[in-house]
Amino acid sequence: MTTVVEAYQAASSERSAGVWVTAWRRLTNDKVGMASLAVVAGFLVMILAAAVGLLAGDWQKEVGVPDAPPSFIGPRAQATGTDPIASVIAKDAKPVDLSDIDPLAPKYKEWAERAAKIQITDPPRAETLPFGGDRLGRDIVAKVIKGAEISIFVGVFAAVLATLIGTMLGALSGYAGGRIGDFLEWVYNVFTSIPGILLIFAFAAVLGRGISTVILILGLAGWTGIYRLVRAEYMKHRTREYVRAAEAIGASHLSRMFIHILPNVSHVVLVQLSLHVVFFIKAEVILSFLGLGVRVDQVSWGTMLSEAQAELVLGHWWQLVATTVSMALFVTAFSLLTDALRDALDPKLR
Amino acid sequence: MGAYILRRLWQMIPTLVGVILFVFFLFKWFGGDPAEILGGLLATPEQIEAIRTQLGLNEPWYTQLWIFVKSIFTFNWGNSWATGEAVSNIFRTRLPATLTVMVPILILETVLGIVAAMAVAYVRGSLTDRSIMIITTVMLSVSFLVYIIVGQWLFGFYLGWFPVQGWSDSFWTNLTHYAVLPVLLATFVSLAPNTRLYRSFFLDEINQDYVRTARAKGVTENRALFVHVLRNAMIPVLTNVAVQLPGIFLGSFLIETFFSIPGLGRETLLAVNRSDYPVIQAVTVYLAALTMVINLGADILYKLVDPRVVLK
Repeated sequence: MTTVVEAYQAASSERSAGVWVTAWRRLTNDKVGMASLAVVAGFLVMILAAAVGLLAGDWQKEVGVPDAPPSFIGPRAQATGTDPIASVIAKDAKPVDLSDIDPLAPKYKEWAERAAKIQITDPPRAETLPFGGDRLGRDIVAKVIKGAEISIFVGVFAAVLATLIGTMLGALSGYAGGRIGDFLEWVYNVFTSIPGILLIFAFAAVLGRGISTVILILGLAGWTGIYRLVRAEYMKHRTREYVRAAEAIGASHLSRMFIHILPNVSHVVLVQLSLHVVFFIKAEVILSFLGLGVRVDQVSWGTMLSEAQAELVLGHWWQLVATTVSMALFVTAFSLLTDALRDALDPKLR
Repeated sequence: MGAYILRRLWQMIPTLVGVILFVFFLFKWFGGDPAEILGGLLATPEQIEAIRTQLGLNEPWYTQLWIFVKSIFTFNWGNSWATGEAVSNIFRTRLPATLTVMVPILILETVLGIVAAMAVAYVRGSLTDRSIMIITTVMLSVSFLVYIIVGQWLFGFYLGWFPVQGWSDSFWTNLTHYAVLPVLLATFVSLAPNTRLYRSFFLDEINQDYVRTARAKGVTENRALFVHVLRNAMIPVLTNVAVQLPGIFLGSFLIETFFSIPGLGRETLLAVNRSDYPVIQAVTVYLAALTMVINLGADILYKLVDPRVVLK
């Protein structure tokens, strides 16, 4: 008898594991979830290294011949025989003397001297690159890394922005209700009645281009789904006992909204955040492809795909394959991680 | 029912007002100066001033808003800034092309999605089911762009089975010749998400009590699945189709861009690239109104197929 009581006392004095600890434990038991977490972490390390310049800092350098094939295919066969154009030029190569009538004639000597002073060194270009080169001879591997950096960066920050807007407005609407709730519902109705892609187009038409603009556009156009869910959660929690108890001890409205209720709905927010990352990465790729995304001197998976479209007709498939594979790998891993996260945070859903 | 429809229509008014205000102030405050866009780079200050007067840009904002509202309700948006074509004419000539492509896509993707989802739900839990779910996850993670780029190259250019792109004046030629590859590609791409979604609808129904009752009274598995489950799973499927319905008027702007189909989606994209504000504004306002009407229609349809639904 005493042993049972002792065991009970020992168990109750030990603090039970928190929700995040148990969620993490469930996640570590999920093999698919851990594998996808490893892939996502690998990508994140890679893009952080690219962001600080450790990796792919020289992606714009033209290291190979134009459209250099991948090393495992081997260099392109050299054109044989005489150049037909050169033979025509060589036949009657007698320059006509125009110096009498050429207004630029006195300048030629000066220009020739100035040109002689400039040394142009054409660095040796590789015949093949590890996974081929693009039309300018830039290394595809470096471009894919740099493109991943920008695409994932845009996806993550747009999702954070959309989540911030959606959570703030949803919390306010669900918690406050009344006039404020009605007003926010009206805003929500207005945003959802415009088809999503038109909303993005309308924002793109007035806001212009660039990385921060794309983040802004996607965030402003994509918050409605999160708003809906967070609002429903807040309406449910608003009248719960723990919130009434917090009110009784004098917690302010802000404190009840964000210190008491928010941690209890944060699993919903977290799952939505990661769902939106995938969605926004795909959207950024399409926007950049259409020329509404990142600037021309930057590279993202979308701009790479738009280059790849023209290259494919010429038989240069490597940029398309490299971009597709890297994007599919990241997006699949992230989607599976999101599923695992949802299962871990909300075991009832299974 | 009549009272319900009237009330819903009445509730649309504030939303429509919101859309109009949103579009008006978005373009007014954040958009570039219309007179400078219209005048081009070489316009003199006098020309800019003349355009401003002509467009009413020197009027106070409420007068401009009134002009905007009038143009919405009279369907008179003037001409496109880029091409000079009347905006109403753009709608009339571009919409048929979009519908020629989008209606077959919607029908095919719904039918094929249901068939594939039933097949997968039939073998639920098996290795086939799990492999198909993994394949659809991978398929979903490849960008829509890749499917179109590769499909257009493979079937249009390399194999030469279909025209790479193009459009004609004849509806029949378009439908049987130019629209085939875009329709097939879009249907193929939508197969992965639709199969996953509809499979979950079927699985929700398969575990219901009425299915167990049907089996208990000796109904064959096929009859339970194809009669009892299918009819009930059609309700969420129909809702999903209704959600996609507004999209067929805008079309898949990507499909239209790739295959040079002169549809509304491609026209809107061109308008964005040219800062052609009247076209973007008109498309946004009208499609928002259309979306609201279609959503109402979907709710009424929902009531008709599922008598349990109470409209309030």
